[in-house]
Amino acid sequence: MRKNTWINLGFQVGALLLALLITTLILVAVGAPPIKSYLSIVKGAFGSTRNVVAVLITWSPLLLTTAGVLVTFSAGLWNIGMEGQMTMGAIFATGALRLFQNTSIPPAMIIALGILAGILGGALWAALAGALKTFGGVNEIFGGLGLNFVATALTIYLVFGPWKRPGVGSMSGTQPFNKILWLPTLPGTELSLWSLGISILVIGLVYLLLRGTHFGLRLKAVGKNSRAAFLMGVPTWQYSIFAFLLCGAFAGLAGGIQVTGIYHRLLPNISNGYGFLGLLVAMLVNYQAIWAIPIAFFFAALNFGSVQLQIQYKLDSSFAGVLQDLLVLLVLLGEGARQKLMKRR
Amino acid sequence: MNVELREIYKSFGPVHANNGINLKIQAGTIQGILGENGAGKSTLMKILSGFFRADQGEILLDDRLVSIHSPSDAIHHGVGMLHQDPLDFPPMRVIDNFILGHKGGLSTGQAEANRDFKKLSEQFSFFIDPDAYIDSLTVGERQQLEILRLIWLGARVLIFDEPTTGISAAQKVKLFEALRLLAQQGKTVLFVSHKLEDVEGLCTGVAVLRQGNLVGEVKQPYSTKKLVEMMFGKDIAVGERNPCSADDITVSLSKLSIEDYRLKVREVNLDLHCGEVIGMAGMEGSGQGLFLRAVGGMAHTVGGKILIGGRDLTGRSYQAFKKYGVAFLPAARLEEGLVPGLNLTEHFILAEKATGFFINWEKGHLLAEKRIKEFDVRGTPENTVESLSGGNQQRALLALLREPLNLLLLEHPTRGLDIESTIYIWNKLKERCKSGTSILFISSDLEEILQYSDRVLVFFSGKVTPALDSTTLTTEKLGELIGGKGWTESSSGGGE
Repeated sequence: MRKNTWINLGFQVGALLLALLITTLILVAVGAPPIKSYLSIVKGAFGSTRNVVAVLITWSPLLLTTAGVLVTFSAGLWNIGMEGQMTMGAIFATGALRLFQNTSIPPAMIIALGILAGILGGALWAALAGALKTFGGVNEIFGGLGLNFVATALTIYLVFGPWKRPGVGSMSGTQPFNKILWLPTLPGTELSLWSLGISILVIGLVYLLLRGTHFGLRLKAVGKNSRAAFLMGVPTWQYSIFAFLLCGAFAGLAGGIQVTGIYHRLLPNISNGYGFLGLLVAMLVNYQAIWAIPIAFFFAALNFGSVQLQIQYKLDSSFAGVLQDLLVLLVLLGEGARQKLMKRR
Repeated sequence: MNVELREIYKSFGPVHANNGINLKIQAGTIQGILGENGAGKSTLMKILSGFFRADQGEILLDDRLVSIHSPSDAIHHGVGMLHQDPLDFPPMRVIDNFILGHKGGLSTGQAEANRDFKKLSEQFSFFIDPDAYIDSLTVGERQQLEILRLIWLGARVLIFDEPTTGISAAQKVKLFEALRLLAQQGKTVLFVSHKLEDVEGLCTGVAVLRQGNLVGEVKQPYSTKKLVEMMFGKDIAVGERNPCSADDITVSLSKLSIEDYRLKVREVNLDLHCGEVIGMAGMEGSGQGLFLRAVGGMAHTVGGKILIGGRDLTGRSYQAFKKYGVAFLPAARLEEGLVPGLNLTEHFILAEKATGFFINWEKGHLLAEKRIKEFDVRGTPENTVESLSGGNQQRALLALLREPLNLLLLEHPTRGLDIESTIYIWNKLKERCKSGTSILFISSDLEEILQYSDRVLVFFSGKVTPALDSTTLTTEKLGELIGGKGWTESSSGGGE
């Protein structure tokens, strides 16, 4: 057992090195100095307090989407619809804030209601994907993808239609909310300790849920062999739907926080790719929620750090995505190779 | 070709599948490799044929040390293996399969291959149409094709892993003739089996494996008693049948009708007594499977009633049936019964009633240890279920059942298991019966049905006999009924 752990680790480190090698080659190919580029990513992420704060701001929604994906992964479901669920969370949160902003309800309460509405929105959108899968026989990948487009379209409709700014609607979103409806942040920064705290709490809960509860074990049984789980008495479709609900709730929470904590309005593309990025993190950590914490942080740092590349070397900041995708791909490849080799020996 | 295996070691995690095995086999002989499930037979053979690599040990062919890293290495050295499930490509034609794996240039040499195929077929008196598609062949014919293919590829050592499973009696005779011919031609034949009868009738010598060790080698003539002792390390008495005594009726079916898209089972009446065992015989797909699942609440009924312990559960879900003490053990253990990837402890926790929100791992571990001991499962609480052998998976499934049960439904409870496991499992089932559980089981093994059932139902294309007293039945009589002979109008419809 011990030996296997080391071999696993060896393969993962190997995959990391290979991913670095390939990205280095790409950097050389596009004419950027590799070492300096990497250094500028590191500097971009940790060069100043401001940068570290920005990384932390990115980290928090990524933790939430990763937590959600881990739940559906365990149930054997590919919830590709996180983006849509997060968007729906943002829409619901915006709706709630708009509804209550001119009432006498205390602002703190309105913020809480907005976030709760976000959770509800995400959960409902995920439940729709789950229902399509369970009752309609629509594969969750197609259902989720379709619902992503619907959610995006709905955002654009709202931003340019019923919720448009006074005057002309614009891609920059709806009219920002009054400052009293902003999630409190650390003075002088955009970092909300609430958002960070909630995110870490959620990933911790998912860790406990999957590791130490009957619910988590049953979820895993459903994911690995739903027929056998059914015969053992696990209500399988209910568990699938519940996994969707939970995942959607986390995504919706992330969406709600984007609205109340970061943008203070609804804008197109508010999900910012966190849904897909969460999927990558979850694949990389292979069901182990505890590892999602550092890996999500690493991804967040890469994402923000690579903004520097754009400034210094005119490389698109999506360069971080190249490294992230390569890493996931190679780790999965390494895992496949490892299994093949272990079988042979 | 002479084969010599020296000090072969192979472990899978904590399990020592092969523990320093030494074996010499002369060319021109048929060497039996005998052992119960999980004894290490298949592992040893897979090492010889390149599917696994040994942790330690040497392989010598004609006294020359060889290193075999893959099946294609093995065939290059003249070693070929026929697996339990033929490894062929169903959507392809016979001749294409034959050519596959042949080292050659771009041109496949169709004409030459066709000629060789014909010549070899004649030599072994196999009659397979080279243009037929693989899906249309029986398991026996696919085996024949595989034999021809391996010989054509130049195999001089042929390994057969449980080749008599799933083929007809006539095909078995033909297979044995072919094996004898191979031996006469000077080839080395290794015959892996847990069936004493086959080994005794065919092999020049037998090596017996038990728990990864070579227990000993025996030459003809064999003493069955000695072989059994070597296989299991102890005498095994065949279990006795339990006379039905209780008057209580645990399960009552009245005019039960079931339908699926191709089969109708009409108006079956049946009362199961406390502790009674009813076996169901019939060709695969004659309605017994549908009937069994309907009685467990897993198939839709179109008429009649199902009473379990006096409670009407007609039309209720599987969950309701489970709640009132009905359990179902499927034939496909890893597909339907167990969850691959989860270990035994996790299975026991899943099967128990959950108390509280959090799992008490310590308690689960203790429970797993206790049940593993009680049911003699060879594995640890941390073993994942797919790492267990078939017999141990079946023991684990039995160990997972909750107490008490009204009715236990079993599909092929001992399919693919060796004698020891079979007897063990039936002993455990009989213990269940003593505590009042009734058993309804499907088997294609007529001996098993006659030996363990109190009464027998025979199915033939949806028709059902009344429950027949098993003491009045013989395998011949059962065989006729299964084949659709000896049915009267009154015998369909079932009843007391």
